[in-house]
Amino acid sequence: MSTAIKTLLSAPISARLGMGMVFITLLAALLAPVIAPYGETEIAADVWMPVSSDHWIGTDNLGRDLFSRLMYGARNTIAIAFLITALSFVIGVVLGFLAATVGGWTDQFLSRCVDILMAFPTLIFALMVLSVVGTSIPALVVVIALLDSTRVYRLSRAVAMDIEVMEFVEAARLRGEGLWWLMRHEILPNAMPPLVAEFGLRFCFVFLFIAALSFLGLGIQPPTADWGSMVRENSGAITFGIYTPLWPAGAIAFLTVGVNLIVDWFLHIASGLED
Amino acid sequence: MTRLLTMKNIVIDGQTGDTWTPIIKGLDLVLDKGEVLGLIGESGAGKSTLGLASMGYTRQGCRITSGSIVFDGMELFDAPESQMRGIRGVRIAYVAQSAAASFNPAHRLIRQYAEGPVQHGLMSTAEAEEKAVATYRQLLLPDPENIGYRFPHQVSGGQLQRAMVAMAMSCQPDIIIFDEPTTALDVTTQIEVLAAIKEITRRFDTAAIYITHDLAVVAQLADRIMVLRYGELVEENDAREMLANPRETYTRDLLAVRSFKKGKINGNSKREVILEVKGVTASYTGEDNVLEAIDLKIRRGRTVALVGESGSGKSTLARVITGLLPPAKGRIVFKGEELPAALKSRRRGELRRLQMIYQMPDTALNPRQKIRKIIGRPLSFYFNYDRKQQERRILELLEQIELPEDYIERYPTELSGGEKQRICIARALAAQPDLIICDEVTSALDQLVAEEILKLLLGLQGKLKVSYLFITHDLATVKAISDEIVVMLNGRIVEKGPKQEILKPPHHEYTELLLSSVPEMDPEWLDSFLKTRAIQGSRISHLPTSTA
Repeated sequence: MSTAIKTLLSAPISARLGMGMVFITLLAALLAPVIAPYGETEIAADVWMPVSSDHWIGTDNLGRDLFSRLMYGARNTIAIAFLITALSFVIGVVLGFLAATVGGWTDQFLSRCVDILMAFPTLIFALMVLSVVGTSIPALVVVIALLDSTRVYRLSRAVAMDIEVMEFVEAARLRGEGLWWLMRHEILPNAMPPLVAEFGLRFCFVFLFIAALSFLGLGIQPPTADWGSMVRENSGAITFGIYTPLWPAGAIAFLTVGVNLIVDWFLHIASGLED
Repeated sequence: MTRLLTMKNIVIDGQTGDTWTPIIKGLDLVLDKGEVLGLIGESGAGKSTLGLASMGYTRQGCRITSGSIVFDGMELFDAPESQMRGIRGVRIAYVAQSAAASFNPAHRLIRQYAEGPVQHGLMSTAEAEEKAVATYRQLLLPDPENIGYRFPHQVSGGQLQRAMVAMAMSCQPDIIIFDEPTTALDVTTQIEVLAAIKEITRRFDTAAIYITHDLAVVAQLADRIMVLRYGELVEENDAREMLANPRETYTRDLLAVRSFKKGKINGNSKREVILEVKGVTASYTGEDNVLEAIDLKIRRGRTVALVGESGSGKSTLARVITGLLPPAKGRIVFKGEELPAALKSRRRGELRRLQMIYQMPDTALNPRQKIRKIIGRPLSFYFNYDRKQQERRILELLEQIELPEDYIERYPTELSGGEKQRICIARALAAQPDLIICDEVTSALDQLVAEEILKLLLGLQGKLKVSYLFITHDLATVKAISDEIVVMLNGRIVEKGPKQEILKPPHHEYTELLLSSVPEMDPEWLDSFLKTRAIQGSRISHLPTSTA
């Protein structure tokens, strides 16, 4: 534990900045019902009103308070993105480790399946599947998680193959340990640094992916607040010279940059490169 | 004798995190023209650091804090990079331990040879290549005209090491620093490289700093020896003087290594046969056999030493016995019952009684598991011990391997090499095996540490009556701990029997070659060995040894 804290404290300024940014966003997400001055879907005033003391960053295309929508959007988007990333990791890591540890035909089969899946452009594929399956939240989560798990599979398989040739894995094999023990106790603890870094990166990509899908109308449906949809809904304001859509877009950028700063630092540590 | 190099009061610090700790604590070093200085000591003594410092160079995370390095009248400490570039590689050259890591695998050998002199403007590429061929001939490399046009992966370890020596000679330097050049090589290959180094330093009157931990090797080459420990000088003397009359206890310990011997064994046949290997033939590809018709018996409480050089098949035999490589022909019989060939088909009880200890303790232990888990897992896996029983047994085992109780909370990275190897031993013992396969378990350790490990293993054998299959290429170890010796060459057993019989002449030719290739402390040994070899050359040359 203390080594973890020591590592946290030794973080460079960029990582600390990143941690701060993520922390603010998480805070907003968690405390949305408490902090938000207005309801998520409450129509409070006139359309696209400017910054005022009543509405701290103005209103959106239906007259809803933008600040409150941002808070609730944080909640929804982060929760769903996190769920998707976690699910994609469970699938990707388990299958990746399995392919590396068992090898042979299992590895060939899984890797070729993943190759086929990865051959499709993700956005088009997702649009296609979602328009068939519908855009309920569970459908969204499963589809994106499956698509993303292919990247996680590739990484975890590569990392596991590096670890699998170490003698301590052979020693465990010779003992008679089963697959589960090998993957969970021998390989996983040694694979954590690159996997954690990848988790952060994946989270950002998922975030942007949902935003893109919502922008195209096949992601999170209105009236649920979601940063991507908010950009889409308010995009008309630009023609009037009103910069409202920049707020949710800026929020997306803010969180992405924050996570990236932390992940950068993680990757730097994991790579073991000299400063 | 012209004084070439004078290093005075060198202090080198190493960085860990934010703190700088001294690695070399104020050492002096002098070198004359044509003189060979041996730097010996264990890992971490500072030999390489000091050797590199003579070029004014330190590895990442180190710095030369103070001191003076005068080379041929020039002060090198804090000299500008431009001056250093004119010296490094040209006037002071460096030969690293691992030739494989020092050559660029994408370029031919001769091109890498020519790089130095051409870069420094000493000669044209054509001239450099001519010189390369001449040097390869002097170093007794096979086919010197064409060997330079090969890639590093196309030549053997010993040849590559000599190519590196040639490369270091390319600019005709005044000093060459040899950093453990033969440590990674087989005994018979080592001879060739040592002879080459001796020849080249004599012919060109090159001064050399020879860094090694093997006293017998340094005895063959050095005029003077410096013994280092923990960054300080233990003893410095003329080579022959030091070997005849070592002054310090530490030096005497280094010289006396492996002098302890196991007691003679009496009458063999009454003891139970634990492992029998019958007619095992194995291969990796299905075509070339890596092992041919191996027959072996190991009895209770006995140590069988499996000796051979790289490529002889010793580790492959270990893999066959443990079930990682099912043999094409033959059987493995454990305590009278035939073992299934493949690991997967073996029962837990069968797996428990056969344990293995590896060569590199760094990779043999999971760095993310505490000692408690490493030693405790076999206990819970084989015997279903609960937490309390585990804890008690782990502490017992820690005592048996002579490590303190609080180590149970540590991670492997917090232990030294010797301590990690002890944990590996404890992990094997936890299963209460009948046979432990020790795969070169002391090869990666310093001599004094290795000695402690061997003593520990012998002590445990006496107490627990466990048998060892000891795989090694180090004949000194074999002499010290084995009861029976099995000599392997190219996948076959050439000779086997009780230790006393094998070590007494007459020998099989290959055994003769192996035994005679081990360097002795006598400084005359290398020269006389080469003379006898030249005479016997025709007799032994038909043997299919690993090409050096």
